[in-house]
Order: sequence, then structure tokens, then C-alpha cells
Amino acid sequence: MSAGTVIRSTSPQRPGLRLYLRLAWRNVWRNPRRTLLTLSAVAFAAVILVFMVSMQLGGYGAMIRGATGVFTGDLQVQAEGYHAKQRLRTAIADASSVEARVAAVPGVTAVSSRAQAFALVSSATRTYGGMIVGVDPAKEPSVSTIPRTIRKGRYLSGATSDEAVVGQALASNLSLTVGDEITVLGQGLDGSLAVAVLKVVGIFSSGVPELDRQTVEMPLASFQSAFLLGDRVHAIVVRTGGLEAVPHVAGLIRAAIANRPGLTVLRWDQLLEGLKQGIAMDAAVGWFLYTALVLVVTFSILNTFLMSVLERTREFGVFLALGTRPRILGRVVILESVILLLLGLAIGTLAGAGITAYAGVHGIAFSSSEELLAQWSLPARIYPRLDLLSVTLGPAAILLATLVAALFPARRIRRLRPVDAMKAV
Amino acid sequence: MARLALLLRLARRSVLRNRRRTLIILVAISVALWAMIFFAALTRGWENDVVHNAIFTLTGHLQVHAPGYRDDPSVDHSMKPPNATVAQLLAGTEVAAWGTRVRVPAVVMSEHDTAGVTLVGIDPAAERGLSFIADAVHTGRYLDSPDDRGILIGRALADRLGTGVGKRVVVMSQAADHSVADRGFRVVGLFEGDREATEMAYVFVGRRTAMTMLKLGSRVSELAVMLRDRRQLPAFLARLRTAASGLDVQPWTTLEPMAQAMVALGQAWIWMFFVVMYVAMAFGLVNTMLMAVMERTREFGMLQALGMRPRLILIQVVFESCFLLAAGAAAGIGLAAGTLSLLHGGINLSILAQGAEMWGMGKVIYPAAAVVDVIGATALVVVLGVFSSLYPAWRAARRVPIEAITRN
Repeated sequence: MSAGTVIRSTSPQRPGLRLYLRLAWRNVWRNPRRTLLTLSAVAFAAVILVFMVSMQLGGYGAMIRGATGVFTGDLQVQAEGYHAKQRLRTAIADASSVEARVAAVPGVTAVSSRAQAFALVSSATRTYGGMIVGVDPAKEPSVSTIPRTIRKGRYLSGATSDEAVVGQALASNLSLTVGDEITVLGQGLDGSLAVAVLKVVGIFSSGVPELDRQTVEMPLASFQSAFLLGDRVHAIVVRTGGLEAVPHVAGLIRAAIANRPGLTVLRWDQLLEGLKQGIAMDAAVGWFLYTALVLVVTFSILNTFLMSVLERTREFGVFLALGTRPRILGRVVILESVILLLLGLAIGTLAGAGITAYAGVHGIAFSSSEELLAQWSLPARIYPRLDLLSVTLGPAAILLATLVAALFPARRIRRLRPVDAMKAV
Repeated sequence: MARLALLLRLARRSVLRNRRRTLIILVAISVALWAMIFFAALTRGWENDVVHNAIFTLTGHLQVHAPGYRDDPSVDHSMKPPNATVAQLLAGTEVAAWGTRVRVPAVVMSEHDTAGVTLVGIDPAAERGLSFIADAVHTGRYLDSPDDRGILIGRALADRLGTGVGKRVVVMSQAADHSVADRGFRVVGLFEGDREATEMAYVFVGRRTAMTMLKLGSRVSELAVMLRDRRQLPAFLARLRTAASGLDVQPWTTLEPMAQAMVALGQAWIWMFFVVMYVAMAFGLVNTMLMAVMERTREFGMLQALGMRPRLILIQVVFESCFLLAAGAAAGIGLAAGTLSLLHGGINLSILAQGAEMWGMGKVIYPAAAVVDVIGATALVVVLGVFSSLYPAWRAARRVPIEAITRN
């Protein structure tokens, strides 16, 4: 091999990068079998990480969208203290003007006000406790999916009608069908008895067991007059363009209602704290698994790097004897590892992204556990989310860990003495 | 036999010849196995917690209801107390505890707030060993008889209702004659559940007090049974179904389908992770063994030239990977045992309690290494590891002596 003379013939100051690259590239393919195995290990880890991270992020997105879309919304404006203790009197006064202000905030795509109270719901034969929610029939469909999940009958029609839609499980507990009458018995704002007689016009099945088991929706105006609330509501539910926009929009809303003390703006992650914590826990377990995988792969290929240096001790001795600086040899060795890693990661990332993209179109079905998934507000099919983050996160972690591993054998070269090295077997 | 001993010695020396390389692959194997066992133990801890919670939150190993109760758990679907044949079965040695309950939806009102709950009328003594409630009272006292006139409510519910021990609440429900039954109770104790949902969902009163309030006569809603050993469930279930004909007898797996589904999901996760970790480790092992074999091409050629049969060379290389795998497995199991003993007191999740509840977990999760998982992970790593080292071994044995010696 004439590489030694080539090095001497270039500028003594800076041998060109192209030369390093050529040397490194040749060395990489000196033992094709080993290189292919190493490439496969890196590519395998990259495929798994790209796919799993995309699945995870896709799953979280679906969970959050599912949970916020059904009822909660992206943001809510509430009276201070209502979220912790849902008392009838902890309400937003003069609600229509607050709602108008919130609706005018840029980034807010939909707004609807709600009032709610716990009350006894009686049908002709049965009595159950339920959550009565007063909603604006015209605006509610833009913040909640419940109006779209009516299984029987229809959604509320007019703002002041005496109509109600009832969750499926509650309806069956009360043995109700569309057209039946229910009596709602609760406590009004002044402590007096609040009574409403409503006609069931629809039965909804939101997919969230807790809502289907206890929720009755009725027109907000009728609710306010039955519970003597006047123009008070308990929550102004806000939808934004997307989850990423939520913190920014929350700030804008806060500023817009700053002159109204006693109000607070709550983001979805504050309203659904369990969901946020659940995701954090699942992510923690995920990180544990990924770290273990990256560690195992790193140690698996560390040996390859080490061997490719050790078996060339003699060759390096010759280089050194010919005057090549150890630093340059070290660079070539690191370059070899980088080429190998980048190649492996490129293959793995492409393959991983390909598989993920395919799954992203068709979805991954978890057929046996549909009910379980519904409990976590997950649809029966999970669509992995392929984006820059999910594609680069895993491969970047592998690159970082394996680069550290690649430095270790390269450092050995600095300690080589030309004569001893040349004698090595 | 002597030949085998020689091969073992050769293999051991070869493994120790390049200590750094051996150490690195040992780290890869042991980290892989450690992660597998630890993850499996976490998942099992979660499963155990889900199942334990499902069984002890009033379900028991099996329950008997009137037909229709499970779809519509109201006073309309009540049943007579256990008849003589059933009672005889319940007196059997395999039964650890049993009790009858009244269990209906109700509304509980304090002077501040109202909440929907499930009213459970219990035999306080019978609940010991049958459900969580007997040991869950946090302040105040437990109920002392089926005729106790007090009520036990969850701590979280008491907080929400703004009530406490010594105060009065009103419970409203539907009586058997479809009239509204309401009755005032004095709160005698607050209970603490492993999950907040439990504290919000149930209030407990004496069973006979509930029967009187709901005008049930001698009828009850359910019979719950806890066996000494969960494995006796199928047999006992069959006998009870015959004895209690006309009633709906169901095991906890049917009553709590979610718990069952979670267990299945956990199982699938464990094996998926096992396979991924194995593959990641196998790449390293095969590559290491391949390198160890390649650099010894001349040595193997020499051995063959001296009359060693290729088959024996193959066995020697397989032995080498056996050594690596066995040592790595031992280290991995040791690491896992160490980690798990550090976490012996459980992982406290109370700061993430709501999130834990979403995954069906309580406030503390106890990682539990199941023997089947440890054996499964080890077997996967060792057996398939040996299998994957057959390729380098075959390469070592395949060389023609002259070619091998003259190479390089």
C-alpha cells in the first residue's frame, strides 16, 4: 500500500480531508463481513428507535387529542378555585362579555361556555346521580365531539328549549329512550331547590366511560334559569389551532381578561393532570428501554472499532515510522467509525421512516384491547407520527453514544511507539 | 471425556486471551439481560398491582348476582341470600372469605355538595380478607356490625363534600318499591384507597341498615367469594354454578375485563422487548466471535494440520461463546437482582398518582421478577446466543489447513 508516501507528498501542514476520506473508506471495506454486521447492528437500533419513538409520540398525540377533543377542550377559562372544588357558586360572572373577549383573541378558533352541577336525574322508574351540563347548542359542536356522537335521536336544537341529551350508560341505567321525560333535581345558587323537567332528544356515546355514565347536557339558558345562575357560567371552553399553540394562546387570553380579577386560564395539561402524568410515566419507561438498547448496541460495536484498530497495530507502526503524526492516524480511525455509523444510521433511519410512514397511513391495530385503549382515550388504531423530531431523536442518541465509543480505540494510537508497533503480531 | 476437557480448556484460554474484548462483550450481554429482567419485573409489578386492585376492590375471586345485575346494577336485580347448597359450598376449605352485599347507585349529600356514588352495604367482619375496606380506615372507626348506623366514606370524597368524621350526610337511592329512599348517616370513619377513584366511588354502610333503607327484605345484590388459592377458581366456579343455578356466577376475569386485558398487554410488551434486546446483543456477539475466529485463522489451520477434526474446532468456538454468554448472563442476573433488591420497598409514585391511576396503578409499585421471565430472558439470550455463534464457529472449522496456515 502506498498510502504512506501519499501522506508525505501532500502539504506537510494539512493533509487534505479527501485523502483522509479515501483512506477511511478503504479501511471500512477492508473486512466487508464485519462492516456489514456492524452496519446491521446500528441500522437495526435506528429502525427500532425511529419506529418506537414515532409510535410513542403518535400515541401521545392521539391520547391528548382524544381526551381534549371529547369534552375538555385545549384551554378553559374558569373562576379561580373552580377546578379544585367544583362549587356551583364559584362561577364566572357576566359571562357573555368575557366570552366575547376570549373569542376575539388571535389563535382562538372556537369558544363555548358551560355551566354544570351535580344533580339527581329521575326517569319514570329510576333515579341516578348525574352531572348536568348547560351548553350553548350552537357553539358546543365546535369545542366538543359529544354532539357528533349521538347514537339515537339528535342533538339539542334551541338555546332555551327544555331538551336534554343523555350519555348512553346513564340512559340505560335510567331505562330511557328518546322521547322520554327526565326530572333533574339539584340545588340552585341561593340554596333553594332547582328543578328542571326535560325531554330526552338524543343519546350520545362519547367513548369516554366516565362521561357516558353520568353526563346530561341541556341548553345553557335553561340551565341558568333552573339553577338561578343569571349570566354566570363555570367554564369557557377554548379550542386553538393545535396543541403547540396552546401555551401562547393561553398567555394572550390571560392578557385579554387581565382586567377581570378572579379568573384563571387553564391549559389542557392542567385540566387533565392525570393524562399529563400518565404520559410522563410512559415516556420514562420508554427512555429506560431506549437507553438500554443504545447501551447494548454501543458495547456491541465498540468491539468492532477496537478490533479494527488492534489488528492494524503493525500498519500504524509503519505509518508512524514514515513520519505520519499520530493525531492524523487517530483522525482517520475516527473518520472510519463516523462513516460506518452514518451509513448505518442512514440506512436504519430511512428504513425506519419507511416502515413508520407505511404504518402512519394504515395505522397499527391493537384488535384485542380496544376497550382498554378507549380507557386511555386511544383509538383502536394508532397512527405513528413521523416528523423531524421522531426521526432524528433515536438516531442522534445512537450517534452520540457510539461516537464516544469510537474515541476510545482512536486514543490508543497516540500511545503507539513505532518500533514496538511494527513488531506486534 | 478427556477430549472434552481439553476443548473446554482451549476455549477458556481463548476467551481470556483478549480480556478487553471479552469484557466489552460481557458488558453488552449483561446490560441486555439486566434490562430485560428489570423491565419484565416492572411490568409484572404493574400487572400484579392491577390484578390485586381489581380483586380487592370489592370483586373477590368470583361473584354471584341476580341475572341482569351486571348490566343494570340496581335494586331491581337483587337475589335471595345463599341457599343451603351454596352455603355448604362456601363452608368448604378452599374458601378463604365470603360475604353478601347490597350494592346500588346512590347520591350522597353534605351541607355543601352532592356526589354520585355506589352505596355498599357490608358485613363488616366478612369483609376481612375479602376486600380492601376492612384495613383501609384512616380516621375514625370501621363499621362494627351489619346493623351499624354509621357510614364510611373515602378521604377524597370527604374532602370534596367538605365533610368529616362526626358530621352527617344524607344518602339517597331508589328503594325496591321504586320510591326514593333517603336516610341520614353519621360519618364514623374515612377510608383511604390505593387509588383516588376508589375513594370517590364507594361509601360503606351496614348491610342490614342498607336492606332496611332500600326495603329489600332479606334480599341482597351480590355474593363475593375469595378462595385460598386462585388456581382453584375454575373447579370451584363450576361447582358453584351448579349449586346456584338461575344466578349469574362469574369469575373476576369476566367481572374485570380491563385488568385481564392489561395483563395480556403487559405480556406482549415483555416479549417484544426481549426480542429487540436479544437481536441488539446478538449482532455484537456474532461480530466479536467472528473477529476472534478470523484472527486465529492460522491457529485453527495449525490445529487441523496436527489432526484436530473440524467438528472439534466448531465445538471449541461454541464453547467459547457459551463461556461468554454464561458469564454475561450471570452478571446480568446479578445486576438485576441487585437493582431489584434496592427497590424492594417499591417505587413510590405518589407524586404522579393521577398518572399512575391512568395506567391502573396504585401509589406504590413493587417490581416483581417472575421466575418465568428470568428463565425466559436467560434462555433466549444463552440458547439463541449459542445458536448465533454457530456461524463464526462454522467459519472457523471450514478452513482447509494449508490455505489457513499460508494466509497473511
